[in-house]
Amino acid sequence: MTETQGIWPAVLGRFDWSALPFVRAVQTPTVSEIIGALAAALVVIAAVLIAGLITRYGKWRWLWSNWLTSLDHKKIGVMYIVIAFVMLSRALIEAVLMRMQQAAAIDNPGFLSPDHFGQLFSTHGSIMIFFMAMPFLTGVINYVLPLQIGARDMAFPWANSIALWLTGAAAALMMASLVIGRFSTGGWTGYPPYTEVAFSPDVGPDYWIWAVSLGSVSSTLAGINIACTVYKLRAPGMTWMRMPLFCWTSLCTSILMIFAMPPLTVATGLLALDRYLGFHFFTNDLGGNMMNYANLFWLFGHPEVYILILPAFGVYSEVVAIFSSKELYGYVSLVLATMAIAVLSFTVWVHHFFTMGQSANLNAVFGIATMAIGVPTGVKIYDWIWTMFDGHVRLTTPMLYSLAFMMTFVIGGLSGIMLAMPPLDFLVHNTLFLVAHFHNMLIPGVLYGMLAAYTYWFPKAFGFRLNETWGRVAVVCWVIGFLLAFMPLYVLGAAGMARRTVEVFEPAFRPWLYVAGVGALVLLAALGSLFVQLFVSIRDRAANRTPVGDPWDGRGLEWSIASPPPEYNFAIVPHVGGRDAFYAVKRKGEPYRPPGPYEAITVLRNSNLSALIGIAAGVVAFALVWRIWWLAILGMLVVIGSVIARSFARDVDRIIPAAEVEAIERRWLDEAHATDPIPRLLETTSANRGLAGVSL
Amino acid sequence: MTAASHAGLNLRSPHEPTAASTEIGLFGFWVFLMSDAVIFALLFATYGVMLAATAGGPTAHGEFEIGAAALETLVLLTSSFTYGMASIALKYDRGRRGLLGWLGVTLGLGLVFLTLEARDFITMLRAGAGPTRSGFLSAFFALVPLHGLHVLVGSLWIVVMMTQVMVIGLDARVKINLIRLGLFWHFLDIIWIAIFTLVYLHGLIR
Repeated sequence: MTETQGIWPAVLGRFDWSALPFVRAVQTPTVSEIIGALAAALVVIAAVLIAGLITRYGKWRWLWSNWLTSLDHKKIGVMYIVIAFVMLSRALIEAVLMRMQQAAAIDNPGFLSPDHFGQLFSTHGSIMIFFMAMPFLTGVINYVLPLQIGARDMAFPWANSIALWLTGAAAALMMASLVIGRFSTGGWTGYPPYTEVAFSPDVGPDYWIWAVSLGSVSSTLAGINIACTVYKLRAPGMTWMRMPLFCWTSLCTSILMIFAMPPLTVATGLLALDRYLGFHFFTNDLGGNMMNYANLFWLFGHPEVYILILPAFGVYSEVVAIFSSKELYGYVSLVLATMAIAVLSFTVWVHHFFTMGQSANLNAVFGIATMAIGVPTGVKIYDWIWTMFDGHVRLTTPMLYSLAFMMTFVIGGLSGIMLAMPPLDFLVHNTLFLVAHFHNMLIPGVLYGMLAAYTYWFPKAFGFRLNETWGRVAVVCWVIGFLLAFMPLYVLGAAGMARRTVEVFEPAFRPWLYVAGVGALVLLAALGSLFVQLFVSIRDRAANRTPVGDPWDGRGLEWSIASPPPEYNFAIVPHVGGRDAFYAVKRKGEPYRPPGPYEAITVLRNSNLSALIGIAAGVVAFALVWRIWWLAILGMLVVIGSVIARSFARDVDRIIPAAEVEAIERRWLDEAHATDPIPRLLETTSANRGLAGVSL
Repeated sequence: MTAASHAGLNLRSPHEPTAASTEIGLFGFWVFLMSDAVIFALLFATYGVMLAATAGGPTAHGEFEIGAAALETLVLLTSSFTYGMASIALKYDRGRRGLLGWLGVTLGLGLVFLTLEARDFITMLRAGAGPTRSGFLSAFFALVPLHGLHVLVGSLWIVVMMTQVMVIGLDARVKINLIRLGLFWHFLDIIWIAIFTLVYLHGLIR
């Protein structure tokens, strides 16, 4: 603080010039500070560049009215996934930096300062969980779920848009922490008392608290929305046991969100009370008790693992059945296993802190519960294997992700069973063994699943397929990079190397750290391949169009409509006669028929207010981080005012006339009838226009 | 459960889309309340764990005034009753005046409750029993004022709904929101009963 008197503290809060990494890099030009300044510069340049390009091509109005303020679940889903890819890129680069540091810092300090390294592992974890995995899966559910159950939108489209904007605001706050000030060094779990004012008086933990809180509220809203959509908006005849499995896993995920996000909100809220108002929940003195935080956080944290992984299980269930041309094996057992996992996920949270002082008997109970949760997961693996058995298996990109998942995930599951034994956990807790374990669950379990979903449903969303060759290159890079980067960590962890170590004093670790470093670079290449794939696919989109909408001989209702789907999804709400509804219709020879007289369809107009709420909430969070009280109050008033204003709005609907619906549908049906059906062997060639040849 | 089975609902035109959107809107609000209840449950648990963490400072027995708390309980329970009367006025279509009257009484009682509660808090703060004194008092000042904040939000909501009844009239969305507000208000009553029991009555035990 340069000045404590005068008007500036009241206007700018705790801000001073050394909060800018550029200034810090000039004041103390170390490699670590220069890397920080470069990262900040990258954020600023990217933001200016994107804004400049949008201005150059006059796209602001288009962007605002076609995307940012849209209440269409499909557009909201796509925007979630865009956020996920941006944040994935940042957090993966941070991971590479950390691997390079550890490989370089054997018996010397390396190139990153300990403080910088601490910020890197904190942002990496926070981003990957809250701002990569969560937006990705929420986006996929948002896009696919209403289409699969035959609905025209989510249950609460306006709340859906608010949830998107809150996630966007939180992600923006994470980016802001790179440019203004600094981030927490307290890890993604933000454990007090280290994150209390006594030990971390800077703005870092405040950035963490408010970014995570915004994300938490957003996910609570998303969970309520998803659950209500499944409960209330299923098409006639879409009974529970006829739902595609992805709907079941989405439902279980949303239920977990509804119950598991509030503990996170409470944990971050109480930590904020400690830091801002001097409460004593988790401090070392006056009755504070950090064990309360550990319990609250992991009451969220463990169900969160299944929030992340269940949607991916749903994706694998779809992909494996489709690319084996077989009905999903053991549907009922998969549903029961999903429900069992959802319930059990609330009974295992103590295994995250076996070593923190509770009795051995308590640890035993939670250890057994943890092992029990492996059983339904094992059931699922067998079901997927049996689905492939004797099927017409095609090794397309989504299928390769699924196979890679099945093989590597089992290894992670086994190391999880090992960690579930408290005596063994005492030996390897807080080592790289744990880091290897949870990356082994989350990369194959979540990331591969989401990338499989992205590749699999991309032609549905945009009307053309993604490039298959680059997709396979990406798969190979993800798999090899993962194995190289994380298998050595099992060895290092078992040998006793602590996690989050900035400097290594054991030369024997050197080869393993080098291998892991190479793995990180291969993972970076995998990310690069994804972007190349996207670029190449957009460039060659004319050759890979699938306008009829069924490129993979799909089973669910989402494949029964055009690609990209019309705004209203279904011209006439379908009546569902059984599981795999569209597949059965095709086999009966009845698809692509005009469903009778068209009617006018009511859809929702755009809403500027949801965007305003998100932006204002982001401003409130930023102002709270920097203690700019006037701005926080102003932002809060805007949020409250916007909610009230929306409750007065009455003219929120827009009617698409029957004639327009008919014109859109006729054009699509004509195209379907003019298209040649293709056999499965040609599905990855440009002959695939989205009409599946039906072999009986 | 159909729309007609929701207490107090009186949609003049029971055609399909309105009934369906009412059903979804109310169900969603129930789910939201459930997630809010989880927040309160965790704060109750935290309070229970922190009971002994008085750090040599004021204890529950020394600080809480059961008389004031009982009066607050009476006021809040009565406001729940008057909101019920507002719901009946809505359901049986007894004109806007009855509805607005009962909403006004509810609002008044809510504000009385908030005033009484604020007076309690100020007394405690003056006596040096603020949240910064001990873990126990931190837990108290997270749980009870959060309920108060909910009542404040509910009061603002009543003002908004009274304005809408006057400006817009009783269209389907106003009715749905009045029923949601009712659920919210009764929910706060239930939370308060738990607070009275677990915080104030429990505090009587030496």
